[in-house]
This record gives sequence, structure tokens and C-alpha cells, in this order.
Amino acid sequence: MPESSTVKDVLSSSVECRTSPLRRFSLSSLHRNSLGVFCSEDNVQECLSHISQEVSSFGLPPVWTEPGSGSELNIVAVLNCMYDLIQLHRRGLRTLENMEVEQLKSNSNVDFLQLSTTRLKEQLEISKRENTGLLERERQLQLKVKSLQNCLKNEKEEVQKLQNVIASRASQYNHEMKRKEREFNKLKERLNQLLVDKKEKKQAIDVLNNIGRADGKRSLWKTEKMEAKHEGEMYKTLLSDYDTRQRELQLENAELRKVLQQMKKDMVSILSSRKPAAKGDKHEHSGMQAASEEEDDEAFDSSKESVELYCVHAREKLANSIRLQWRRLKSHVERLDSQVSSAQTGESKSTDAVPRETHEEEMDRLKLEIQQCKDFIQAQQQLLQQQLSSPCDEETASLLSDCYMLQEKERLGDEWKTLEEQRKIFERERRNFTEAAIRLSHERKAFEEDRATWLKHQFLNLSPFSDSKKPSLSKSKSAFLISAETDSSAAVAPEKFIKHRSESPRCVPLTSPSTADLYRTLCLIPEDSSTKPKRKTEHVEESSVFCGNAPVRHKRWDGIQDRTLSQEKNSSI
Amino acid sequence: MNFSEVFKQTNQLCKVSPDGKYLATCVQYRLVVRDVSTLQILQLYTCLDQVSHMEWSSDSLFILCAMYNRGLVQVWSLEQPDWHCKIDEGSIGLVSSRWSPDGRHILNTTEFHLRVTVWSLCTKAVSYIKYPKACQKGIDFSRDGRYMALAERRDCKDYVCVFVCDDWHLLRHFETETQDLAGLEWSPNGCVLAVWDSCLEYMVLLYSLDGRLLSTYSAYEWSLGVKSVSWSPSSQFLAIGSYDEKVRILNHITWKKITQFEHPAIIDNTKATVYKEAEKRPGVGSDEMPLHNITMGATLFNTQSKYEICPLPVQIPVVKPDPDRASPKIGISVLAFSSDSRYLATKNDNMATAVWVWDMQKMSLEAVLEQTSAVRCFQWDPLRPRLALCAGNTKLYLWSPGGCVSVQVPTEGGFQVQSLNWHCSGDSLILLGKEQLCLCYMDTDQEDK
Repeated sequence: MPESSTVKDVLSSSVECRTSPLRRFSLSSLHRNSLGVFCSEDNVQECLSHISQEVSSFGLPPVWTEPGSGSELNIVAVLNCMYDLIQLHRRGLRTLENMEVEQLKSNSNVDFLQLSTTRLKEQLEISKRENTGLLERERQLQLKVKSLQNCLKNEKEEVQKLQNVIASRASQYNHEMKRKEREFNKLKERLNQLLVDKKEKKQAIDVLNNIGRADGKRSLWKTEKMEAKHEGEMYKTLLSDYDTRQRELQLENAELRKVLQQMKKDMVSILSSRKPAAKGDKHEHSGMQAASEEEDDEAFDSSKESVELYCVHAREKLANSIRLQWRRLKSHVERLDSQVSSAQTGESKSTDAVPRETHEEEMDRLKLEIQQCKDFIQAQQQLLQQQLSSPCDEETASLLSDCYMLQEKERLGDEWKTLEEQRKIFERERRNFTEAAIRLSHERKAFEEDRATWLKHQFLNLSPFSDSKKPSLSKSKSAFLISAETDSSAAVAPEKFIKHRSESPRCVPLTSPSTADLYRTLCLIPEDSSTKPKRKTEHVEESSVFCGNAPVRHKRWDGIQDRTLSQEKNSSI
Repeated sequence: MNFSEVFKQTNQLCKVSPDGKYLATCVQYRLVVRDVSTLQILQLYTCLDQVSHMEWSSDSLFILCAMYNRGLVQVWSLEQPDWHCKIDEGSIGLVSSRWSPDGRHILNTTEFHLRVTVWSLCTKAVSYIKYPKACQKGIDFSRDGRYMALAERRDCKDYVCVFVCDDWHLLRHFETETQDLAGLEWSPNGCVLAVWDSCLEYMVLLYSLDGRLLSTYSAYEWSLGVKSVSWSPSSQFLAIGSYDEKVRILNHITWKKITQFEHPAIIDNTKATVYKEAEKRPGVGSDEMPLHNITMGATLFNTQSKYEICPLPVQIPVVKPDPDRASPKIGISVLAFSSDSRYLATKNDNMATAVWVWDMQKMSLEAVLEQTSAVRCFQWDPLRPRLALCAGNTKLYLWSPGGCVSVQVPTEGGFQVQSLNWHCSGDSLILLGKEQLCLCYMDTDQEDK
């Protein structure tokens, strides 16, 4: 109950505090006396009214009525009032206690809940972490599972492949076995057949006659010398093959070496031409100079090198020098690249300005060169135009317009003319010959008729002196033959004539004998009938026609020839 | 391009003489020798049975006709038609017969590969070579005709015998490191012998002429190995085609692989030209037409075709081989170098309609020719870089660096070209059908894409 006493004190102090301002404001007369008591003998009335006001405000029946029954207090009412007040107070205290208890309870609840929430939060954290850990593990395990599945698949595939291989090998083996078994069976059968077969057919060769060896040489005995010779030939073949291969490889090597040397020279020249550009880097410059001097020396020794490089060291030397040059070139190019890029970014260094200047110088020089070339070309063009457009006579212009072909054209024209003339001549000749042939055939027919009549006469005038006639007959026959021959030859000769003519102009001497012969043979026909001489003369005429024409033709032909020759002479300058 | 008329032949036996003047064909049991330019019959010989193999001697004077089922070989002379020669192998049987390079000896392989008999036509002498191996390519003559390499199998081990063709003297006899030797081939310069193992093991061995092992090459283990091998005419390269659809090129200096050519089903990312054959079909009308076409069988086969250039990527049709069968139809089965060693033509068996042409200078793919049907045979012109191929139909296809062209063989009755051979002058082609042959004379090159 110390609590309640303190509460009481508090309450009383609070009551006092409450009333003190009230008293101050409403009842000025009611003020604490020296003892600090609310009511004294002075302000009993006021205290009474005040207390009754307060009590009525509490909801209790009033204690005192104002003007009423004097200043005597209703003690019962006051006691009731006091009792009610005490009850009120008690109740208040009780509720206060309850509320305190409840507050305590709720405080402890709150504490408890706070503790539990923190605990649960921690647990949540832990479990979350565990969860992520588990998820992670699960993922890893899944990956493992996948990889293992892949492995399994691969293994299965390999197993399948191996099984396929085994299957194919097995089928191959089986196939081979079956084949061998079949062959074995055939062999057994054949063996049986041979055992049974009494008549054994022996091997034999049946040649009509031996034929010689392919190379015509005699075959040699098999001796040790022969064997040695064969060995020797075999090794010779192998050696020659190795020789050719070595030669080819040597040639290839030489080519490649040349290429390498060329590359080296080019690289050296490129690097040395950059010498004035790299003025800033004296160090490198000197180094490069020294190196380039070395290279120059080496270049001068190229003749020596071609002999030296056959040993391994020299080969390596060349390879190393090329590698060195290549590295230098590469570094140089890289440097240039970096320079260009830095120049592009706008940084200006002393080393940058120099190469750029040289660039510009080069550019100017090249531009000048281009301009010069252009001027040169222009001048040439002008001169050419002048040449072409220079005023000349129409004749010369017409001549010059096609001057290259003029000579050819002239020659062509002449040849064409000669060909035309020849063609005309041939046409005429052909006509003549056909006419002659027709005439000949007519004459022959007439001759035949004459002969027939003559023979008839002969026959009719058959006398015992038939022998004397025979030779004439035979002669006539032979003559007929001859004449026939000459006729045919006459018919043929002109064709030959033509043929020869068409072939070449130079066979003139060949044709003339044939006509001379013709003439001769024709004159040789003596004892023919009376009509004969006529015919003979006709023949002669014809032959003269032929021969007559011939010299004329000869002349003309030669003339043509001469002209063409002279023309050619003229045209060939 | 002119085509001659069609002649009969049997068994695809039709060969031009080495000097290029005569053409010999076998029709049943007769041997017909014609002049190449006029195709007139010059000689006619009659053999005792149907001819299985026919071969010219190297000097073009004699022809060998082998009849395997009778065990007989008959030799005919062009100079003296009356001359005859008959070799009877007797009860020992005959499996293969060939000329020696000098044209005066005949090598007969008996049945079951018991031995190789060397008959001399000069002296009627006989020599025997024992234990020859029965394999894909067991005998090879060097190009100059001086040496012969023969594969031998003795006591379950492989050996190589090198003979001097002059007198059949055994020059070298050495064991090879193969499990089961499948073939051997001389390099064109005659100094190196390439020996390869069967497909169960990828192994290529290179021996020098004197029997030293120069190098071995094995690209991988276990899977099926070498399918085909070819030397370049300059002896610089050795091309090895294998079952993994790749061609590996070895160089003659180090005998190491310098490149490998792959044959993917989808061609992309190359500078090569892909030519695809497109048929120009005549318009098929109503339903009545097909019957009509079937009755006129020739028109069905005589569809024109031309080449179109396809833009990349291109997909080549692939036929997956039966995995259970032996020697599956997959891998590079044919390799052919052009005469100047500039180009290499290859064929991958599971892409049977495509021919791949590789440039050996650039070591890259030059062109791919995709046909409508499976390619049967292709061969390079002996003089120029020109490739002729046929696909079992009535057309002849030519490729050159300038382009490619498809030519219809103008014969009636649908002459289907099964194989072809160039004439040694490169001026004409001999086209062989099932029972027919036809000559194709080339003009000066006029090819367009």
C-alpha cells in the first residue's frame, strides 16, 4: 500500500494544486493561512459553498444549501459526502492499480514481442541465407548433373560407335570367313575330282613359231653377274630419282632464298630511307645506320653469300637477319602509326613535326611532278593535233587517209585484173577445147565410117596376097591405136594443159613437149584413107591451133607474169 | 562431237591398242580387230570358247584372249593372222591372265591362286611363282615395265616379291607389316611401292624399290579403313580414300598427310561450283501418253538434260548403307588424278550420284557434279584436264575447268552407257553398253556451262 499512499499524496497534492488557482481566482478571501489549511474560522461559509459546489460537480448530493438552515452543517450529508468521496477515491485507486497492472502487463508483452520479433528476424535471416546456400548448391548440382548427362551421352555414343565398328568388323570377318570356306570347299571338290579323274590334263603351250623378243636382243643366261647387274640397275634408278628430287629441291631452295634476299633488301631500303625522318632519335638512328651498314656490306657480299649459304650457319644467319629486319620494320611501322594517331589528336612534339614536314615536302614534290607530267602530256597532245590538222592537198590527204593500205590495194587491184584476164582466157580455152572435142568426135565418127568402108573394100577385094594386107591392117590397127591414143592424148593434153596452167605459171615448159609430141604423132599417121590427109590437115590445123595458141598464150602469160613481178618490185619499197 | 554406229560386244571386252591404231572387241567367241579411224574390220579371229579376258600386248602386235572356264589362253598376232598360240593350263584351272610389260610373256594365275605360271612366247619356257596372294590387287608392274611387284602369303604372313621383268629374277623379297595385304601399287616413277592393308585395318606402307620401309601411315584405328588408293601421275601425291568418306593426301617428300578432303552431305562454304543435272522433260499429256511412251521405249530414255549451277548450300542425296552387310556402300571407292596431276576426281559410295572434283594446286574443292542417276564410271582424258563420266543412261557427260556439258548418245534403241574408255590420244571415247559399243569422236573443245 505504499503505492496508494504515494498516490494519495500525489492526489492530495494535485487536489491542492488544482484548488489553489481556483481559490485564487474565485475566492479571494479564501487563502491559506499560516498553517496552510484550506478552511479556517473566517472563511467557513465560502469553504462550505465551495465544497458543496465541488461535491455537486462530482455528482453527489449537495452538502449545504446557502441560505438555509444557518451555518450548521448537515453532518449526515457531510458524512455521506465524505463516504462517497472515499468510495470514489477508492474506486479511482483501484482502477489506477488495475491500469498499472495492465500497463505492466502490456509492457512485458511488448518486451516479449520485441524479443520474439528480433529472434524471429534473426531466424529469418539465417534461414534466408541457408536457402540461398541451398539454391546455390542445387544449381551447382544441376550443372554437374548436366555435364554428367553429357558425358553419359558421349560415352553412350562412343559405345554405340564402337559397337557399330565391332558389328561391321564382325560382318567383315564373317564375310571373309564365308568366302574362305567357300573357296576351301571348292578346293576340296577339286581335289576329290582330281583324285577321281584318271586322265590328268597337263599344262601345255602350243605355239606356231617362236617369236623374237620385243627389243630384238638375245636373252641372256641367269648368272650372278646378271643378278648384280639387276641390283646395280635398281640402285641406279633409285639414285637418279633421288638426284632429280634433290635438284628440284635445290632449285626451290634457291628460289626461296632469292625471294628472302629480295625481301631483306627491300626492308633495308625502306628502313634506310626513313633515316632523315628519324632525326630526333639519334640513338636509334646510329644503331640503324650501323645495322644498315652491316646490311650494305652483306648486300655487297651477295655473290659470296650464294656459296656460303649452303651451310647451316649461313642459312640461320640469313633467317635471323630477315627476322631482325622484319622486327625493326614492324616496330618502325608501329611507331609511325602511333605518331600519326598522336598527330591526329593534336599533340605537337618536336619529333612529330619533322615527319610531317617531310610528308609535306614529299607531297609538294609529287604534286610538282604531276604538274610537270601533265604539262608534258599537254604539249605532246598539242603537237599531235597540229600534225593531224595540218593543212595538206586534197590529193595527199586522200592518199594519206588510207596510206597504209594503199600499196596493198594497188597490188590487190592488179592481181584481180590478172585473175580476170586469166579467167577469160580459161573460158576461151575451155570453149575451144569443147569445140575441138566435138569436132574430134565428129571426125572420129567419120573416120570410123571411112575405115569401115575401107575395110569393106578390103574384104571385098580380098586377094590371095592377104599377107601383104595384114601388116597394113595391123599397122592400121596399131595406127588406130596410136591415133586413138593420140586422140585421147589430144583430148587429155588440153586438160593437162589447163590443169598445169591452173596449178602454176611455171609449168609452161612441161606442156609444150606434149603438144610437140602430138604434132609429131599426128604426122606419123601415113596410110590412112583419102579422107585421112584432110583429117590430118585438120588435125594438124587443130594442133597448130593448139600450138599456135600456145606460144601466144605463153607470151601473154609471161607478159602477165612480168607485169606482176614489176609491180611487186615497185610496190616493195 | 561425232558418234559412230553401234557395234556388238560381249563382256565389256573392248580395248584400244597401246599405239592407238586398232580397236579390239570380243563378240561371243570371236575377236574383231578394227581400225580406229575408219572402224573397218581388219582381222577376225575365232577363239575356242567365250572369251573372259582380252588384252593387247604392249607393242600392239599381239592380243591375248583368256577363257577362264576352259583354262585356255589364245594369243593372236596382228602381223601374221596365221600365227597362233594356245596355252592350256590343264586341270589346274585359270583365274586370271595378263601380259608382261615386254609383250612376250604371259602370266597365268591358276585356280585357288596356287601359283602364277609365267609362259614365254619366245622360248616356250615356263617359270612358276609360288604362294601368290589372292587379294584386290596382288600384282602390279612398274610403269617403265622393268619391275613387277607380287603379293605373297606364306605361313599366314604377307610378303612382297619384286621381280625383274627381263628374266624374272627375284630381286627382293621382304615381309610387310600388314595384317592382311589387300593391294600394292608402284608409283609412276617406279621408285616407291605403296602397300595397303585390308579394310579391317587402316594401314598404308611405303617401300622403296630396294625393299626398305620408307614410311607408314595410319589415320585411325578400328573403323573400316582404306577403300582405294591412287598415285598422282607426277608421283608427288598419294591419295588414300577410306570408308570414313574422306580422302587423305600424302606428299612424296615426308610421306605425311598434307590435307584431307571431306565429302559432307551438305555442301556449304566453298568456292566450288555445283553442277546439277536437270532433265528437260518433253511434255507428258493425257493419260494415254504414258502407255504410248512405254511402247516406244526409246523416247523414255532419250530425255535431254542440261546442267544447272546450284547456289550454295546444296544437299547431296545420301543413301545409308545396310550396316549388317560386309563391305558397305560407303566411303571413297574411286579416285582418279588428271594427267597433269592438277585435278582429283572422287566418288563417295553413299552419294553415288555425285562426282567431286578437287583442285590439287589450291587443295580445295573445285566442282561437284550431281547426276540424276548413279554414276557408273568416270575417266580423265589422257592429255587434257577433261573428265568424261557416264551414269548408266543414254547420255555422256564431260567436265572441264571451263564448264560441263551433257551429250545425248544418238543411237536408236536406247544404248545405255555402262562404262567408258578414252583413246590414248584423247581424241575419242569408247562407250560400252551392256552388249554394245559406240565410239565418240571429239571436236575441238566447245563447251559451255
